[in-house]
Amino acid sequence: MTYRGPYKVRVEEKDRPRIEHPNDAIVRVTLAAICGSDLHLYHGLMPDTRIGHTFGHEFIGVVDEVGSSVEGLEVGDRVMVPFNIYCGSCWFCARGLYSNCHNVNPNATAIGGIYGYSHSTGGYDGGQAEYVRVPFADVGPMVIPEWLADEDALMLTDAFSTGYFGAQLGDIVEGDTVVVLGAGPVGLAAARSAWLMGAGRVIAIDQLDYRLEKAASFAFAETRNYTHYDDIVVEMKKTTGGLGADVVIDAVGAEADGNLVQHVTSAKLKLQGGSPVALNWAIDGVRKGGTVSVMGAYGPLFSAVKFGDAMNKGLTLRMNQAPVKRQWPRLLEHIEAGYLKPSEMITHRIPLEHIAEGYHLFSSKLDGCIKTVVVPGS
Amino acid sequence: MPYTADKPVPPPTAEELRARVPGWGADLDPADRPAWPKERFAPGVSGAHWDYPDEQQPREGRERSIEHLQLTPVFGTAQPLHGLSGAIRRFAYDRFSEGRAAHWLLLVAGDRVESTGAHLRSLLTLRPDNPVTETGVLSELHRHPIASRRGRVDVRHQVLDPVIVAGPWLLAGGVAWMLARRLLRR
Repeated sequence: MTYRGPYKVRVEEKDRPRIEHPNDAIVRVTLAAICGSDLHLYHGLMPDTRIGHTFGHEFIGVVDEVGSSVEGLEVGDRVMVPFNIYCGSCWFCARGLYSNCHNVNPNATAIGGIYGYSHSTGGYDGGQAEYVRVPFADVGPMVIPEWLADEDALMLTDAFSTGYFGAQLGDIVEGDTVVVLGAGPVGLAAARSAWLMGAGRVIAIDQLDYRLEKAASFAFAETRNYTHYDDIVVEMKKTTGGLGADVVIDAVGAEADGNLVQHVTSAKLKLQGGSPVALNWAIDGVRKGGTVSVMGAYGPLFSAVKFGDAMNKGLTLRMNQAPVKRQWPRLLEHIEAGYLKPSEMITHRIPLEHIAEGYHLFSSKLDGCIKTVVVPGS
Repeated sequence: MPYTADKPVPPPTAEELRARVPGWGADLDPADRPAWPKERFAPGVSGAHWDYPDEQQPREGRERSIEHLQLTPVFGTAQPLHGLSGAIRRFAYDRFSEGRAAHWLLLVAGDRVESTGAHLRSLLTLRPDNPVTETGVLSELHRHPIASRRGRVDVRHQVLDPVIVAGPWLLAGGVAWMLARRLLRR
């Protein structure tokens, strides 16, 4: 697929990517997914998104070619690829901050490399395609265990790993009340993961009833539809006996609804880096001394965040793009133990040829859409 | 009530939660979670077998943030800078750091200039941009468009989406029409 400007994508024939560095691999994509953060690109919110760019940072596939210095992969290996592109050896990677790699994104120092996510993250085409260039093949990709289903592996390349990481950034301790704002894939994963860390209550908040139903069935969460309350922050206080939640996870990000002015000035008029509605609800709904974990993606411009409340309440704000591969060994243990089944978040599967419809379906939240998988060559 | 020391709403017991949620407490120990500690110095575990990676070639002309001291050893080559939009973007990269709003606003301006040019150029090709197929709006026909939107607050601003897509073109077309009429009248 290629980007043709805000709200427009189409399928085009492009040259097959080629090895550009000795540690590159070329992967033939077997499954890709559309991420909620892809919608920020699709809506024209991410600076330096160029015409012809191929999106897609969630994909799995089969190794089709390897560069001369690749030692850990062979042609034919079935691999899952984390959305982060990283070298494994810079100051940040040496400390496990894989999503903050300094050696792969010349366009910005504030963000690492991401597949198919504009030139602001390095200018790499993504995996909503038949083939993709995978830099640092000895560092990022992992051979998929034989027992792991393709769709479960696909969900680990970003959405589920990010939700799991977000729950960890909440520093949850046994008995904590955890509120998750947003019941999309990352929110569902965060809500489900909060229990693993000992949460006593998990409450999912969204405006879409079908997603809240999924939060109840998939993530065992209590649910609140914020449109049913005059002020969702007051409800967050009431349901916790006036205290506020111990942990609030923002799994919404730049296009948050709930405040028309904030949404229109950011998502529509691009005057802010993102609509901070969810983030402000998190700051106001968490208890004093509590923790806000931010997994929602925001653009690089400023946003109208209520920072004074965060300071006065003594909050801990934690956030990062997830260093995905750090999460995998433990998540594989949990899947193998039967605790998690990430592919249950998938609602739609579409051929790559129909990707424009896939984007519209996901963007407009039609037909009960939660997670859309793209199938090349189908 | 938070006016006394006890937690106002006590959580269920661990036994109750284990019975209700598969895997409850499997990651109970905060020090035994993959993300802890945030920074964990372990340069040997990533799979990298270099201290500094080989440098990707060719390197000439690749734009970079002025906050970088050098071009990174590896970089994307997906869509190189070109034309007027490329000049705007290169100015943004060469002149302003990531800390300056001008940097990002110029990049957004470059995006809009490029997309306008690309649409216009596509009209001269055998495959012009098609707003019907490229917006995927045809999926509305078989994806329950009315039932899917019932009761949603975002419907209030979804009506803006077509305006954002078509508005600039209608505006530009109107201006062009007015200018053409004035020229023809002279």
